[in-house]
Formats: sequence, C-alpha cells, structure tokens
Amino acid sequence: MASFLTTLLVVAVVATTPLILAIPLIWIERKVAARIQDRLGPNRVGPWGIIQPIADAVKLISKEDITPAGTDKVVYNLAPIIAVASVVLMWACIPFAPNLIGVDLEIGVLYIVSVASLGTMAIMMAGWSGNNKYALLGAFRVVAQLVSYEVPLVLSLLIPVMLAGSMGMQDIVTAQQGMWFIFMAPVAALIFFISAQAETGRAPFDLLEAESELVAGFNIEYSGMKFGLFFAGEFVHVLTNGVLIAHLFVGGWWGLGVSADGGILSNVLGLVYLIIKTAIFYFISLWLRNTLPRVRIDQLMDFNWKFLVPISVANLVITSLLLKISQVAGFAVDLTTNASFTAALPMTLLLLGGNIALIFGVIAIYGFNIRRDRVQEEAQAEAIAHATSH
Amino acid sequence: MFVQYLAFAIFSAFAIIGAAMVVWSRNLVHSALFLVMSLFGVAGLFILLSAPFLAAIQVLVYIGAIAILIIFAVMLTRSMTAIREPFNTQSWLGAVIGAVLFVSLVAGMILPVWGWGSLPTLPQSDVVGTTRDIGIALVSADGYVLPFEVASLLLTAAMVGAIVIARED
Repeated sequence: MASFLTTLLVVAVVATTPLILAIPLIWIERKVAARIQDRLGPNRVGPWGIIQPIADAVKLISKEDITPAGTDKVVYNLAPIIAVASVVLMWACIPFAPNLIGVDLEIGVLYIVSVASLGTMAIMMAGWSGNNKYALLGAFRVVAQLVSYEVPLVLSLLIPVMLAGSMGMQDIVTAQQGMWFIFMAPVAALIFFISAQAETGRAPFDLLEAESELVAGFNIEYSGMKFGLFFAGEFVHVLTNGVLIAHLFVGGWWGLGVSADGGILSNVLGLVYLIIKTAIFYFISLWLRNTLPRVRIDQLMDFNWKFLVPISVANLVITSLLLKISQVAGFAVDLTTNASFTAALPMTLLLLGGNIALIFGVIAIYGFNIRRDRVQEEAQAEAIAHATSH
Repeated sequence: MFVQYLAFAIFSAFAIIGAAMVVWSRNLVHSALFLVMSLFGVAGLFILLSAPFLAAIQVLVYIGAIAILIIFAVMLTRSMTAIREPFNTQSWLGAVIGAVLFVSLVAGMILPVWGWGSLPTLPQSDVVGTTRDIGIALVSADGYVLPFEVASLLLTAAMVGAIVIARED
C-alpha cells in the first residue's frame, strides 16, 4: 500500500511539473516574441509583467464556457483533455537528473513516440466535434502534417537508440558521458529538431491554426479554459521537445561534476544542466517561430517527403554501416559500459565524417536539381518573352 | 496484487465496452473512437502481461496510425457520418460467424489453458521476453528473420501499390 501511495505521489508530481512550468513559459514566450518584434511585451502586471500569465489564466477560467449548437458534446469535451494528457504522459519517462525519473521504461523512446501520437487524435476529435468547416479543414491539415512529420522524427530518433544500444531514456543519457550524440549524429539532431517543431504545429509549420487562412484552425469553437488546455498542451509540447533534444543529443543531465551513481549534489547539478540545455533549445524554437514565415501546405509536404524522409533514410543507412565498420575494425566501444571521451573519439570521428559526407552529398544533389530547374524556367521565360515581343 | 486486478478490470472493461460500442454505435465517427478505446484497453492488457513493447506498438500503430486513418476516411465522406439506418443485410450471418468464432476460441484456446478447475495462479511460461529479445529474435538466422523479411517486402509492395493507385496519370 505504501508503495502504491508513493507511486501515486510520483505520478502527481511528474504530471503537475510540466503543467506548472507552462505558466512562466507563457510569460517567456510573450517576452521573447515581443523583443524579436521590437516591442516591450507584457509589462503591466507585476515587475516586468511577470504575473501576466496568472492574469491570463484567471481570464481564461472566468470566461463563459460556450458549447456551440450541433456539437458532439462528449467528443467535444474529451478532445482538450486528451490533447493535454498526450503531452503530460510523455513526461512519465523523461529523466530530470541521474536518480530523478518517473519510470525508466525499457522502451522509453518508443513510449514517448506512441503517447505523442495520441495528440493527433485529440486534434482530429476537436476539429470534427465542433461542427465547423474551418475547424474540420484545420484538422485535416493537421493529420496530414503530423502523420507525415512523424516519419523523419522516428527515423532520426532511431540513431541515438542505435548509438546507445537501448531505448531507455536513462540508458541513452548515460551513454553520452564522454561524448554527446550531437557530435556523432548532427544530421539526425537537426532533422529531429525540425520534425519536432513541425509536430508542435508552430511556425513555420503552424498550418493547423493558420490564423490568416482558417480563422483559428481546429480549436476555433473552443472558449475559456478548454481553449486554454489546447494552448497549455502546445506550450508543454514545445518544452518537452527541448527536453527530448537535450536528452537524446546533448547529454541530458551530464555536465561538469555530475556522476551517474548520484548523490544529492549530482542530482541538483544534473537538473540545472538539463534546464540550461532545455532552455537553449526552447529559445531556438521561439526564435524560429517568430522569425520565419509560414510555409504553404504543398511546400510543407514536399519538404517532408522529398527532403527530410530521404535524408533520414540515407542517414540511418550510413550510420548503421559506419557503426558496423567500426565494430569490424575494432574501435567501436560499448557506450553503456565504457563511455569515456577518449574511448568514444575514434567512433565519433568516423560517424562525424559520414555525416559531413552526407551533408555535402545532399547539397550537391539538391543544388544540381535546383539549378537544372532554374535553367529550365529561365529558358521558358525567355521563350515566352521572345514570342510576345513579335 | 490488488492494484493489478483493478488495472486488469479497468483495461478489460475498456476493451470489451469499446468493442461492443463499435458495433452498437449509430454514428460512424463514434464507432471509430470506441475502436480507439478498445485498442487502448488491449494495450493496457499487454502491459499487465509484461509486454511493454507490444503495448507501445499497439498505441503507435493502431491508435496513432490506423484509427486516425479510419476517422480521416469517415470524415472525408461527410454523408457517412449522418447514417442512422443499418444498411447491413447480413447481420444474422455475421452473428452466426461471430458465435462460432467465440465458441471455437473458448474451446480451442481458453479451456485447454485454464481447464475446468480454478483460475491458474502461476504464469504459463517462465520466459520473460525483453524488447532486446524480440529484436534479436526478429533478425537472427535461427529466429524469425525469414517471416520478418517477407512481411517487410509485402508491406513495401503494398505501399508501392497504394502510390501507383493514388497517382493521377
């Protein structure tokens, strides 16, 4: 019974942490967006407007809860809950520090991917049950986008799994003691970052709520705190992606003075390092969101299926080939047992070389294709100009 | 142990009620959502059977992909969501086949394992397969490498076929 109560307590803490974090994140998001757009941002409530998100939350809760006519009530009310739950569930097996993790599942990475896929369903339910054509259109776009971008996401996720030889989150972090995976697999890290940004549905991939085209997208019929739940889910999802990238590619809680077997100091330091790394990726995500314009739906699909997916597959093949070569040549190390910097260095150099070769190959192939298209277009334009001048 | 029984009861209820409502529901989108509920219950049962890998795959493939595609297809045919009258004229045949399947499953699989006596208290097998074991079994020469590769080839062929059908020219 005591263990059951402990489990219950851990569940409560792990599930509440991301939701509470969402409140200051709203302030950070608005401030960063304001600075990028040369504005001041919220500055009325509290010093530097720091209490603004609380005021926002109170406003959302006190708003009238409207259920439009013709909605499918159960589905309509269930959708925001599932949307938040799918994001919060991911935190169950995200490590915070060497000894601080909800549950270290053997299938950690797979669990995160599968739970995240529930979010797609929530958006589908929201778009359909609202009985609104814009919401439905938004939901259709989302499904196309999220299902498509899951492919490069999972393919690039496989690379850290292959390097660490395990799907457990804690194992993947431990394996990066001497060398972060971003040095072994920079291409995978970049693809993961791009696809993760697309999975959150943020600019430049914010087609699911393209304000200027769809009024508000899938959540158009939601008001008050139900809308707030979708909003919170999105914020926590962006944060979760930052944490995931920190764990999968830049060593998670590893840093100066942290040892894997723990102790209070190690755990506290680990948490601090993790927060710093997460904050960096979170900031890059905000920066992109506020800088880049939205892509068109056909560009979005082209970019995924004709660019990211082929590169991810090639990356997977190259990485597994190089891993096998380093095993045969004898300088591969088992990162779960011996992960020191010097031991991992030869393998890292080989993999990095493979990645650089891949990048140059991609630039050469796509550069050639684009140049050929441009020459064709110019020839066409010239022919038209020639024809019209007579 | 009590918690496990409780979890088993909850997940079984999810699976059975969901499956029943898939058939009973008059709204196709609701049917699809109940299917998700049923699949989710099965995923929970997999976890109770110490097969987390299968549970994750169940959620990822069946809920994350197949159920979404079913819902997507139903929604694209908007008039389908308004059907209120049953249009299946073979429901009696379906009932007979369902009953035969149920009886043969009970007779062929559950009774030999459980017997007529009390509930079993021991697991049927001592082998606890980890995800690593599944992976090795799938690609090792004395494991299931041939069926695995054949299935992969079949899926690739199906995918190419779908693209060929979907192409306009």
